[in-house]
Amino acid sequence: MADARFFGDGLTYIDPSELKGKLIAIEGTDGVGRSTHIELLQEWLEIQGYGVMTTGWTRSNLMSKSIEMAKAGNIVDRWSLSLLYATDFADRLEHQIIPALRSGFVVLADRYIYTAFARDFVRSADRTWIRDVFGFAPIPDLVCYLRIDVETLALRVIETTGMNYWESGMDLRLGADLYDSFKKYQSLLIEEFDKMATEFHFNIVDARKSPEDIQDELKGYILPVLQDRKSAIGTGSGGS
Amino acid sequence: MSTSHPTKTAPHPYPGKLIIVEGIDGSGKSTQLQLLHKWLESKGHKVFFTEWNSSTLVKETTKRGKKSKSLTPTTFSLLHATDFASRLYHHILPPLKAGMIVLADRYMYTAFARDVVRGVSPQWVRKLYAFAIKPDMAFYFKVPIEVAISRLLRGTRGQFKYYEAGMDMNLSPDPTQSFRIFQSRILAEYDKIVDEFGLLTMDATQDIATQQELMRTLVSETLRDYKPKRGTYGRRTLFWRRFDVHRPE
Repeated sequence: MADARFFGDGLTYIDPSELKGKLIAIEGTDGVGRSTHIELLQEWLEIQGYGVMTTGWTRSNLMSKSIEMAKAGNIVDRWSLSLLYATDFADRLEHQIIPALRSGFVVLADRYIYTAFARDFVRSADRTWIRDVFGFAPIPDLVCYLRIDVETLALRVIETTGMNYWESGMDLRLGADLYDSFKKYQSLLIEEFDKMATEFHFNIVDARKSPEDIQDELKGYILPVLQDRKSAIGTGSGGS
Repeated sequence: MSTSHPTKTAPHPYPGKLIIVEGIDGSGKSTQLQLLHKWLESKGHKVFFTEWNSSTLVKETTKRGKKSKSLTPTTFSLLHATDFASRLYHHILPPLKAGMIVLADRYMYTAFARDVVRGVSPQWVRKLYAFAIKPDMAFYFKVPIEVAISRLLRGTRGQFKYYEAGMDMNLSPDPTQSFRIFQSRILAEYDKIVDEFGLLTMDATQDIATQQELMRTLVSETLRDYKPKRGTYGRRTLFWRRFDVHRPE
């Protein structure tokens, strides 16, 4: 039943062999510069002639408003919160990601299912359910993980956007104030991301390096994946 | 938490009782549940009612998605699961913990039947609801498709709604024909679910009073070991009335 290209129980009504494009996920906690790097990568890929589509966490037409509303209310239980993320992801998957992959685009995903896994795990200490929920997600061709330590992250977030309720995991009551809570919550997330990095073979990029160095590293990981696609087209591995 | 089928086996640990009804549209399940509700209250029980797809958290989203017709089988299924999770947390668990009787019009079995007919994986949707608790009683109101159709058409509704008739599945341009095909498939799924989860099948072709009498007898048996929580009055207190959800029908 489960297809190798899906994470678990796949979308029964979609043929994965139709997905010609490449799916590249950029993961990492808040404040590691994911969106900046995705913008630069898109520019770089488009100059080389690749069709590029970017998609971001909680940015679906269907759900973005609902998620904001739910978060503003601050009384979301663990299941509803994770299911809201899953619905958002499914909407983007079926209306953006899969159509783009069918047309041979390179899809750059700002966060992927691993973000949901980490967030649910620190709230529930259970890995099974959330992974079952996201069983319909295609496995990316490449996952790059922008890794940072919590000390550097705290400084960066304070300097830029400031710490907010959800990024600090205030719903978990981990610390006395925003700062303590932020550090504990983000440490738990980083710990879980590190474990998943091994389990799911992420390519780890040190997010403390200069943006230029990070770009070079990311490009170094992405190029072989795209060349793999070119050779596949060259040998004419068609067949629907 | 990660046992394979907690919703099939383990009873919930709370002092209250959870009674749910299932069946296709036009099976008369809501009428039966409403009559049971009246009866339980007249007996002095504290009763809380909740129904499928009614949480404020996702109701607006579902409405918007239905209007723009952008819902896919998977997002449709996930939205209902979100609604269910939210109601479980806010509406079902608190009264059960407080020792009340909770009546639910439709439960996760609706998703197992309907979402699978729409095309999601049966295994996936069952895992999705792994956090749900097992009801103390689950009634399935079984009705032949033609009986359901004639009830709905001569009823107040007169016409089938887009998603109720499964019009999103392009089964037929005629709403009645689409309803017939869609709901027949749902009936077939329910038959599997009855065996899998041990639902109590009710003959929904019988007249209303006969069905209700049987339902009350069965509920009485289940409530034998139940220690009812009574407030100062026999009726519900003002506190719980605030959480009440009114039935549209």
